[in-house]
Amino acid sequence: MSEIKEVQKDILVTQDLSIGYKQGKKEQLCLLSDINLTIRRGEMVCLLGPNGAGKSTLMRTIAGIQTPLAGCTLVEGIPIRDRNFKEIAQLLSIVLTERINVGNLTVYHIVSLGRHPYTSWMGRLSEEDNDKIKWALEQVGLLHYADHFINQLSDGERQRVMIAKALAQDTPLIMLDEPTAHLDLPNRVDIMRLLHRLARETNKAILLSTHELDLALQAADVIWLMALGQTIKVGAPEDLVLNGSIEETFHNKSFIFDRKTGNFIMNYQKKQIIQVLGNDVMGFWTQRALSREGYQVTCEEAGNCSVKLLEDTMEWEIHRNGEMKKCQSIQELLAYLRTFFIHD
Amino acid sequence: MLLNKNGRLFSLIFGILFLLICGIFLLDLIFGSVNIPFKKVFAILYGADVKSSWNYIILNFRLPKALTAIFVGAGLSVTGLMMQTLFRNPLAGPYVLGISSGASLGVALMVMASALMPVAFGVISAFLGSWALVVAAVVGASLVFMLVALASLKISDSVSLLIIGIMFGSITGAVVNILQYFSDPEQIQSFIVWTFGSLAGVTWTEMKVMVPIVFSGLIIAFFLIKPLDALLLGENYARGVGISVNKTRIAVIISTALIAGTLTAFTGPIAFVGVAVPHIARSIFRTASHKVLMPAVILIGAAIMLACDIISQIPGNQNTLPINSVTALFGGPVVIWVIMRSRNVKASFAG
Repeated sequence: MSEIKEVQKDILVTQDLSIGYKQGKKEQLCLLSDINLTIRRGEMVCLLGPNGAGKSTLMRTIAGIQTPLAGCTLVEGIPIRDRNFKEIAQLLSIVLTERINVGNLTVYHIVSLGRHPYTSWMGRLSEEDNDKIKWALEQVGLLHYADHFINQLSDGERQRVMIAKALAQDTPLIMLDEPTAHLDLPNRVDIMRLLHRLARETNKAILLSTHELDLALQAADVIWLMALGQTIKVGAPEDLVLNGSIEETFHNKSFIFDRKTGNFIMNYQKKQIIQVLGNDVMGFWTQRALSREGYQVTCEEAGNCSVKLLEDTMEWEIHRNGEMKKCQSIQELLAYLRTFFIHD
Repeated sequence: MLLNKNGRLFSLIFGILFLLICGIFLLDLIFGSVNIPFKKVFAILYGADVKSSWNYIILNFRLPKALTAIFVGAGLSVTGLMMQTLFRNPLAGPYVLGISSGASLGVALMVMASALMPVAFGVISAFLGSWALVVAAVVGASLVFMLVALASLKISDSVSLLIIGIMFGSITGAVVNILQYFSDPEQIQSFIVWTFGSLAGVTWTEMKVMVPIVFSGLIIAFFLIKPLDALLLGENYARGVGISVNKTRIAVIISTALIAGTLTAFTGPIAFVGVAVPHIARSIFRTASHKVLMPAVILIGAAIMLACDIISQIPGNQNTLPINSVTALFGGPVVIWVIMRSRNVKASFAG
């Protein structure tokens, strides 16, 4: 019974929090008010929202870097503004977007900085501190890089080092500000999977802001959806997709959100209808190419043009006004379509 | 782990450096315009009364000068290291916050304005006697330091502070120029001689003032090792691991003012060491950890200043070179060589 309580314990609660900036002496710019959010142990929360919605401001306010305009943040039941830097550092650790590029600094040393809130003024590391650092490096799979200099590592590895630093800091809550911002796709997926696993295995709460909607939908336990001037929508990713919140938040003329796949599809202006015969993978990619060219793709007979897919030979047959042409690639197909599209 | 292996290697280098300093220190006592056999030098150091003029030279001239060299080398290098980390800038040094410009303004006023306004400054300088320049430098440096410290309370980012420090430097430089423009050649000359820097002028009485102040600055610096390490990752990460960046910044400024301000007052603005030594230390020890770099710059800085002092003597000659020229003339090529070899000075700072 006590175990269940421990698992479900609220780590961070915001009470009627108002975020924004003080402008001058009296005026203030309030981005969002009456924010009531909760993070529990073992939960991975993704903060999503378009640029300018106030994601960073919210993160900074929660972390105690920026003072709230009203309300307060409670970490483990105690308001964060009543705590000093050192105490805050034992409750929440941060990972930032910025790329760490310092020479002559070993991975081990950087991770050891996470032990700062626990060490004496000289920063001497005890046996326990060293064990924690090694454990943290092991969690992110970089123990073999401990003695490497940070500027010898790739961007993805550097970000994992910073996550190890946050783990070594041994806080119940880890906050990450766009941790995948300048990484390639495999690294972004790796980082998200790593964070998800860490939330489960270490029973820490993880809060990250991100623009990776598709990854967040797959990895997050809870999503906080922010939009300028609207209350934050909270829920499991699937709930937010089904009730249309995601579509509403990211509503835009130039693309549409596909509820079936969880992807965004760019909205091209359609000039002409074209029939495509054939399904499956080849059909999917042909359709993408054609809609980029401005064709509205249909599987019924329409217009005077149709494309037939020959999946055995990976060829495309174009039938137009009784004429027939075979193409070996999508590039060739598009080039051919362009020639008579201009003539029409 | 490599840390232990490195630890042993580091102790070895520290041992070598320490012996090196002892050696150069003795050489510095032996070489000078008057030839004193080195057995006699030892005898004098052990308290023997060899020859009264030799005793006087060794005990009241060469010994305080060598000790001053050690304090200048160690102190300026430590402040340079702290400034470079705080501002994350490889070109930062002890004087970026305008401390030397403040001191030079004070000295310029004392030297040159006494001619323009003989009543006010003439009386003051007559009253202070040999302490006149020191007091002028301290007052000038403290004034500029106070302004920068006030600015640092209002401003919460280091880059703005750096720019403000440089601006204070330009403003005081302009005032000094105006003073020079209206002054007699002899006065300009005595001001310029002060700007050359000199280790020789510090007496035992002055040492009693200089050493405790510089020492307290160094003690503050040692308490800053841990926050400075955290600052390597930038101010946001430093806050994230529980470091109060504002407190650290103010402590660094106070420590720098105590060390660099006092040294400048007694020896003149000694350039170059403060900027160069941290780079040499980084390339020898290949680490960014201040736990290693702090003692390293103290030893390397002391050794380099002692060596520069020996060179400035020009053995067997009555003349001495200005110490500022020696540090740059002989230190410059060393730093260029170090940088060409390691090629990672820029990478030592976050970009």
